[in-house]
Amino acid sequence: MDQLSGGEMLTRALHDEGVEIIFGYPGGAVLHIYDAIFHQDKVEHILVRHEQAATHAADGYARATGKPGVVLVTSGPGATNAITGIATAYMDSIPMIVISGQVESRMIGTDGFQETDMVGISRPVVKHSFMVQEAKDIPCIVKKAFHIATTGRPGPVVIDIPKDATDPKVKQTYEYPNEMKLRSYAVPTKGHSGQIKKAVDALLTAKRPMIYTGGGVIQGNGSEQLIELTRKLGFPITNTLMGLGAYPASDKQFLGMLGMHGTYEANMAMHYCDVLLCIGARFDDRVTNSDTSKFCPDATILHVDIDPASISKTVTADVPIVGSVAPVIEEMIDQIGKSDKKVDEQALEVWWNQIEQWREKDCLRVNPSAEGIIMPQDAVKAVFEITKGEAYVSSDVGQHQMFAAQYYGFDKPRRWINSGGLGTMGFGFPAAMGVQFAYPEATSVCITGEGSFLMNQQEFATCMQYQLPIKIICLNNEALGMVKQWQDMQYGGRHSHSTYSESLPDFTKLAEAYGHVGIKIEKADELYPKLEEAFAMKDKLVFVDVLVDPNEHVYPMAIKGGAMKDMVLSKTERT
Amino acid sequence: MRHIISVLMENEPGALSRVVGLFSQRNYNIDSLTVAPTEDQSLSRLTLTTSGDDARIEQITKHLNKIIDVVKLVDLTEGAHIERELMLIKVKAVGAQRAEVKRSVDIFRGSVVDLTANVFTIQLTGTGDKLDAFIAALGDNVVLEVARTGVSGISRGEKTLAL
Ligand SMILES: Cc1ncc(C[n+]2csc(CCOP(=O)(O)OP(=O)(O)O)c2C)c(N)n1
Ligand SMILES: [Mg+2]
Repeated sequence: MDQLSGGEMLTRALHDEGVEIIFGYPGGAVLHIYDAIFHQDKVEHILVRHEQAATHAADGYARATGKPGVVLVTSGPGATNAITGIATAYMDSIPMIVISGQVESRMIGTDGFQETDMVGISRPVVKHSFMVQEAKDIPCIVKKAFHIATTGRPGPVVIDIPKDATDPKVKQTYEYPNEMKLRSYAVPTKGHSGQIKKAVDALLTAKRPMIYTGGGVIQGNGSEQLIELTRKLGFPITNTLMGLGAYPASDKQFLGMLGMHGTYEANMAMHYCDVLLCIGARFDDRVTNSDTSKFCPDATILHVDIDPASISKTVTADVPIVGSVAPVIEEMIDQIGKSDKKVDEQALEVWWNQIEQWREKDCLRVNPSAEGIIMPQDAVKAVFEITKGEAYVSSDVGQHQMFAAQYYGFDKPRRWINSGGLGTMGFGFPAAMGVQFAYPEATSVCITGEGSFLMNQQEFATCMQYQLPIKIICLNNEALGMVKQWQDMQYGGRHSHSTYSESLPDFTKLAEAYGHVGIKIEKADELYPKLEEAFAMKDKLVFVDVLVDPNEHVYPMAIKGGAMKDMVLSKTERT
Repeated sequence: MRHIISVLMENEPGALSRVVGLFSQRNYNIDSLTVAPTEDQSLSRLTLTTSGDDARIEQITKHLNKIIDVVKLVDLTEGAHIERELMLIKVKAVGAQRAEVKRSVDIFRGSVVDLTANVFTIQLTGTGDKLDAFIAALGDNVVLEVARTGVSGISRGEKTLAL
C-alpha cells in the first residue's frame, strides 16, 4: 500500500474518483497540493486568471457533461473569489467540488495571513462542506464529497484543507474507500406508485393539459423519457430557462420557454390549463410572476421533484411526487399504457386549436430595423443557422441572454449553459471554457453582452494558454441593456448608471492584444458573411463584436404583479 | 402555531451552525433552542421551538431534513408529548418578602437552591407557560436575573426518536 502525503492523497483520490481535469489558481495555503500536482500526470490542472472563472469553468464543464466540476483555490482571497461561482452552481443544482486551502490548523482563529472562515462563508451556498482535520481523513472525505455533490439534488460541496494536512513530509498509508456510510443522507429514486397513479388519472381526464419542465430534467438525465411521455400524450409542453433543450425546440408540441420573457402561447397555455404536470422545476418567481395567488387558477398541479423541499414551497401541489425524474416518468409511461382511461382526444383538439390561435400572434417576430441597424435577435438567429443549432451555447445575464434563450432553438439537453438562478454576469465566458475543455472538437459559443463580458475578460489569457477556439458573440448595445429596459419601462426612461458608450474598449483590439482574432460587425448586411468567417476559423478564439440596436427591448415581458396571461408584447401592445 | 421540533444530528463541528444558519437564511424564527450529546456520543439532540402556519412548518422540517448532518427529526407537537424547561431565577427576598416568595415557590413546586440575606436563587422546571406564569406571579421589581434552558421534549408512549 502506498505511503502518501496529504497533498498526494488528494490528487490520487481525485484520480480514483475519475476526475480528469481541475480548474484552479495557486497560493500559499495550497502550495503543497500544487507540488503534488506537479509530480503526477493523471489529473490535468487548468490555470485560470481569477478564481471566479475557475468555478464557472468547472460549472460549465459539469453542465455540459453531467460530471462534477472540480476547483482548487487558495485560502482567504482565493476562497472568497470562488464564492460567486459556488453560489451560481448552488442555485442551479450543479455538481461541483471546491477544494480550498486553509491556514495551518494551529493558526485557525488567529486572523492569520489569508485566513478566512471558508466553511462559514460558503455555508448558505453549498450542499455540504467538510473541514479536513487530519491528512488520513482526505480519501474518505473526497469520497463522501463526490457522493453528496452528484446524487439526489446535486450541488456544490466545499472541502477546506489546512496547510499542515498536506505537508509533504508526513506520509501515511493511502487507500481509497470503495464504500462509505452516510447514515444521515438518503437519496430518493423511484417515486411513490400510488402518487404516480393519481397523477396519471389526472392527466388522462384533463381537458386542457400542460407540461412544464425545468433544469431537473436535464440534471436528472430524463430528456429521453420526457420526449416519450410528451409524444405519447400529445400534450403541449414548455421549458423553463434552465430546462431548454430537454424537449426539442423544433418539435411542434413545444410552445417555447415560459415565464417572465416566455412566449405568449406558453404563458397563455399555463394560465388556462386545467391540469399542470411540472417535472423538475420549482415554480420560481421568474415563472409564476411573484403573485402566486393568480398562478394557473384552474389547474390541478402535479409536481415531480427529487427535492421534497421544492414541492409546495411557493405553489401548493395537489399531487406531490418525490423522486428522480427519469424513473418517475418511466413509471408514468408504464401506468398510462395499463390504464383503462385514455387521453380525451376531442378535448385535446379543442385545446390545441386554442393554442394555435395564440401561436398566430407570432410573439417573437422581430420588428424590421431602421436602415442597416442590426437587431440583436437577428444576430442570434444567424448564429443558430450558421452553427446548424448544434453548438454548445453559454450566456451571461441580460437582454442578450433572453434573446439567446428565445431565438437559439435547443434540440438537445446540456447545450444551453446559463446561470438561471443566481443570474451571474461574468458566467458565460469561463463557462464556455469549461465546455471547450470537455469537448475540444465541439463548437463552444458564448453569446454575451459587453457589460457581462467585461466582468471576466481576463480569461482571454487562459484561452490563449490552452488554445481554446471559443467563439464569443458579443451583442454590443453599449449599455447594461436589461437595466436600461427596466428604467425605460418603470423609471420614466431615467438611465441611472446603465450607459457607458464613451468608455467602452475597442473589443477587437482587446482580443488581438491577447493574440486572438477580433471581428467587428456594424451593418446588417455584414452579419452573415462575417459570422461565417468567424465560425470558419476552427482553431482560433474569435471575438465578434456585434453592434446591435441599443433601443431594443426583450418581449414578451410579464407585467409585474399580474398573472401569467398578463404580458407586455411590444413597446405599444399589452395583453 | 407553536411547534417543538427535535432533531437528531451528527455530533460534529459545523452541524449546529448549519441548523441555526438555515433559520436566519430562510427567515424562519427560533424561539428557543437546546442542544446536547445523546447516550450515543456520535449524536446530538437539538430541540427548538418555532412558530408558523402549516406550510411554513412543512418547509422548516423539509429543509432541516436536507441538511446532511441531520439524521432524523420529529415535530413533537404533532402528537402527545412531554415538554420541560428548566429555569434558574434570582429574586429579591428581604424581610416579609422572603416568606411570600417561598410560598410562591412551593405552589409552583420549585426549590430554593441558594440564598443570601437579600436574594433567593430558585430552580423551577415545567412547560414554558408554567415558567412564564411563575415570573408573572412574582410581580414587579422582584426578579433580578433569569436563566432558562429553552424547551426540551420527548414524545409520550413507545414512539422514540432514535436510530
Ligand atoms: C454580477 C451581476 N451584477 C449585476 C447584475 C444585474 N444585471 C442584470 S442584467 C445587467 C446588464 C447586463 O448588461 P450586458 O451584459 O451588456 O447585457 P445586455 O442586457 O446589455 O444584453 C445587470 C447589470 C447581475 N445580473 N450580475
Ligand atoms: Mg449590453
